[in-house]
Amino acid sequence: MSVDAPTATQHAPGGASAAHQAAAKRRRRRNLLVGWSFILPNFLGFAALTLVPVIGALAISFTHWDSYSTPKWAGLDNFQRLWDDSNFWAALRNTLYYAAGHIPLTLVVALGLAVLLNQKLRGVHVLRTAFFFPYITSLVAVAVVWNMLLSPESGPVNQFLTFLGVDHPPGWTSSQDWAMPALIVTSVWRDMGYYMVLFLAGLQTVPAELYEAARMDGAGAWQRFWHVTLPGLRPTTFFVTVMITVSSFKVFDLVQVMTEGGPGRSTLVLSQLIFREGITQGRFGYASAVSLVLFLICLVITVIQFRMQRRSER
Amino acid sequence: MSTTVLRKDSSAPTPPAPAGPPEGPRARGGAVALLGQIALYALLAVVALAVLLPFIWMLISSVKDDRDVFTVPIQWIPEEFKWENFATIWTRVPFAAYLGNSFFLSIVITFLQVLTGSFAAYGFAKMRFPGRDLLFTGYIATIAVPWQAYMVPQYVIMQKFGLVNSYTSLILLQAFGAFGVFLMRQFYLTIPDEISEAARLDGLTEYGIWARIVLPLSKPALASLALLTFVNTWNDYMGPFIYLTDNRLWTVQLGLRAFIGQYDAESAMIMTGSVLSLAPVLAVFLLGQRYFVRGIATTGVKG
Repeated sequence: MSVDAPTATQHAPGGASAAHQAAAKRRRRRNLLVGWSFILPNFLGFAALTLVPVIGALAISFTHWDSYSTPKWAGLDNFQRLWDDSNFWAALRNTLYYAAGHIPLTLVVALGLAVLLNQKLRGVHVLRTAFFFPYITSLVAVAVVWNMLLSPESGPVNQFLTFLGVDHPPGWTSSQDWAMPALIVTSVWRDMGYYMVLFLAGLQTVPAELYEAARMDGAGAWQRFWHVTLPGLRPTTFFVTVMITVSSFKVFDLVQVMTEGGPGRSTLVLSQLIFREGITQGRFGYASAVSLVLFLICLVITVIQFRMQRRSER
Repeated sequence: MSTTVLRKDSSAPTPPAPAGPPEGPRARGGAVALLGQIALYALLAVVALAVLLPFIWMLISSVKDDRDVFTVPIQWIPEEFKWENFATIWTRVPFAAYLGNSFFLSIVITFLQVLTGSFAAYGFAKMRFPGRDLLFTGYIATIAVPWQAYMVPQYVIMQKFGLVNSYTSLILLQAFGAFGVFLMRQFYLTIPDEISEAARLDGLTEYGIWARIVLPLSKPALASLALLTFVNTWNDYMGPFIYLTDNRLWTVQLGLRAFIGQYDAESAMIMTGSVLSLAPVLAVFLLGQRYFVRGIATTGVKG
């Protein structure tokens, strides 16, 4: 890995040491230049359009700024407004609701699929492909199809529910109570294949001998899952959980295309509030304050999960 | 790192039931195992069908007449196939232009992302210099920051440079992402350092090692990154939605969304448009399926 590995030569006796040290120094300086030259083309774009905006969002949240005026220092005004804004609380509540449905469902379904499809079965790759396919479908197409599937009058889903004996099937995206569940179901359907692939990759790192040993000890399928699979998958499960969690707090496209936050504001989520206030209304300061909240939520979750991971490793 | 997650075991035959004596606990165990297998197949087949049902329904609806899309009960096989839907849609919306725009953006962004990403990844994976790890931590950290959190400052920057409503903004936003760097670095870490060490002794510069040794070795990873980036860009809705106001610049996703708003009642036509918007992705996916999965699986491997 290291290019300037031979530090041991620094302890070489006599006059050779000084020459070696000078050479090592030259090599280090050269490495710094060459190393940076590799990173620079990407870093310039990354710094200008990701790093600077991330820091900028923090700064803007303390200003009054709309798209016409020059920014004015506002202290905590934006956060005060946010505290009093019922839209903000609705968006926060809806985002938490979405996360509370999306995270556990996606996790369980993806893990279940991965375990089932990790078996030696004929044609298993066809099934894996089938489950993965929703993930690469565009959100617009997903939203269109699901909106039609879930249409309250004669959509296929409600036809099926009626067939099962449900008298008054829900109005789904046209109902304040059912719009969020509809979004959750659609998003689980879409995302499960992606996380299934991550779990499948993780399952292949669990040593087969462990299963063999468990079988010898008379462990049934369920015990093998509980005592071999789950512990072996712990690093994968941790990684997947962090990814699903952060992604569920970022949800935007699906909501924007399927419900636009409605009906009413029953599916308005934080990222949509940022978009509405910032891009549509041009209230940069206020939108950035909401951004900061969203950022802090994601940060706290990631830190907590990393802590928990470290503790469980001990 | 798993390279063939979707395909692994595909050729492995089902283990035969133990060929023990016809009676006794062993045979019964075999029979139970066989029944279990059948039940598992049935379960998986049902679940797979349920998962694919939206696509099946979309395909069928795309060749129906509008009034036949929502019949009670559902017609799984249309009475008449309206193949002409696929011909008329081009005259209703500038679908060809949208497709062209999407192709242009996806290809340019993919090319830049793969080029700058793989180049930077070499610096992070194979060179050692002060500040490297700190910088890389910065890259990783921004992956966890939701895009919406810095979308407004990004927009302001683009506005200041007069790049809103141009492809330049979208290209700049997506071509230098941290994801490509991360993915390529993960792969480069699996290439033994002895190889580049030997090349160094042979007098190759670091750039030479990148171009002539590491790049050729990482073709599968390059393909993974290229496919993932292409599909992500093709499917991106939010970026074009914010930055492209001019109808002539619209991508397929924007066109499709607008089409829905405008022709709400034409359910069949909307499904036709959806099928057309998915076709290139489906083609790319089926061609490079194993690279896709490899790329995704790689992101889950710690490095």
